[in-house]
Formats: sequence, C-alpha cells, structure tokens
Amino acid sequence: MNDQQPQVASGSRADAVIKTTSPAYNRKRTEGDNTLVELPWIGKINLRGNPEDSRFVEKIKSVIEVELPLESNTQHHNNSVTVYWLGPDEWLIHCKIDRVQELMAELGSQLSSIHHAVTDVSDYYTVLQIQGPNATTLLRKGCPLDLHPEVFKSSHCSQTRFGHASILLHKLDSSTFNIQIRWSYTEYLWDYLVTALDAVDR
Amino acid sequence: MLIIECPWCGKRDQTEFSCHGEAHIARPLNTEELSEEEWGDYVFFRKNPKGLHYERWVHAHGCRRWFNVARNTLSDHIHGSYKPGETPPTIDTQEVSQ
Ligand SMILES: [Zn+2]
Repeated sequence: MNDQQPQVASGSRADAVIKTTSPAYNRKRTEGDNTLVELPWIGKINLRGNPEDSRFVEKIKSVIEVELPLESNTQHHNNSVTVYWLGPDEWLIHCKIDRVQELMAELGSQLSSIHHAVTDVSDYYTVLQIQGPNATTLLRKGCPLDLHPEVFKSSHCSQTRFGHASILLHKLDSSTFNIQIRWSYTEYLWDYLVTALDAVDR
Repeated sequence: MLIIECPWCGKRDQTEFSCHGEAHIARPLNTEELSEEEWGDYVFFRKNPKGLHYERWVHAHGCRRWFNVARNTLSDHIHGSYKPGETPPTIDTQEVSQ
C-alpha cells in the first residue's frame, strides 16, 4: 500500500477566498416603483425538538422571549427575534447577527438535558426584500401559493417555491415581502426578480 | 396539475412535492438469510397497478416532510394523504374503478 499523501501546494488553503457575503450583497434595485434589496446580517438559527415536550417549549420561550409557533406556516416575533415554523419539529429563529453566539450558547445550556438540535445557519440563507405595488403580482408568476390578499395576509408566512428555488416567504404588509433563500440560489432569484421588475416598471 | 394535501401544511400545488414510489415497503429483518431473489424483490421490484396505489411523497419545497398518498394511477384522483406510521385509509374499490 502506498502511504504517501498527495502533495498539496503550500498555502493553497490559506489563499482560498472565503466569502462572508451572499451574491446579492451590495446589490440594489431601487429605480422604479418597486424595489429589491438584500437584508444582510440577519442571524439564523435552526432549532429541532419535540413540541409535545412542554419543557422544550418553555425553555425556548424563556431564552428568546417569544412563544414557539406550533401551527404550520406561522411565525411569532418581538422587537428583536422572529421565529418561524418550518416543520412539526423544526423552527428557524431570525435575530441580529451579533446575537447568534449568545443565543446559541443560551439555548444549548437551557436545553442540555432535553432532546434537541441547535444549528447556526446564518450563512446558509439570505433574505431578499421586495417592496412595491407590483410585488404580489410578480411573486404570483413564480410561486404556486394563493397570494390573494384575502388569503395570504400581512404577517402570514409559508415555505414554498419561486421558480426552481425553495423559499420561505413572509408577508410584512400589503406591498412588502421578505424572501429567504439559500445562498447558492440567490443569484438565480435576484436575476429573475430584477428582470421581471424591469419589465413591470417599464 | 394536482393539488396534494400535505398532512402538516395543507393543500398545495403538486410542483412543491416530489413522488418517491410505492409506500409501505419494509426492510426485511432477516437480511442474512435472504436469497438473491428475495433481495432483488426488496430492492428493485415494485407494484405498477392500474388504479389504487399507495405511494410516498415528500413536501420538498415546503416543510420537507415525508408522507403517504393514496392515488388512482388511472384517473390521478387522490383519495387522501396520511402521515408515516398511520394506517392507510381503506378505499372503496368500486369507487376506484370508476
Ligand atoms: Zn408540508
């Protein structure tokens, strides 16, 4: 057996550029009636656990000061934290990026004797915000949800798809939506939306 | 386009889901005693009925949970969906053949 390791060019790892921002970072689409921006630096924590365990539910509430949403496709929030339902045993916490370490540590210690998982996914997803009179019309083109204002109301949220990309859609008010998307799909979504907005605003 | 009911999220467009074939195939427990033919059956061979079919779906663009659907492969009528571990609904075969 050949035990010689393949030679790696010295410094190649150190030279690798690690991007700390998504492909939409510093891009803006603000001309016209509708705007598209990225909301960078949102901390995101994925949380798994058993909602039937009342200790789990209570500990989470004591840490984030928001009740865990137990109904599918809903969110609860206060001034500093939004927590989304992702599945029957899965949630996503949005907070300020500089609170992630503190919250992770606090959740980890509070839940130490309870079956759970806490994962920092801050740089796995980013959030784009689309705002304007045509936001709903535009989202309808790529998203199969019923986005009629009487059905999908302000504060509603849902995991769904836009084009080929999985998204978490959150309606803030009648003309503003946050779209959470994986970094690797961000460029796709950004280009799709900007091209569509250019057509709408013409 | 089908409207499929996710047991957690409710009715959604088919394009949010993906189908992964026949449901309720249990991995044999006596694996060391299985013949090649029995392994072949377990790994490769699936029912391909014209009519009622119990199949596994995943809400890929939604809550990403697996569940089961009773679907008529001829008419595409969906009789219902149910969570893993739940008993499949009994379906009137008269209704299915229509
Ligand atoms: Zn679902």
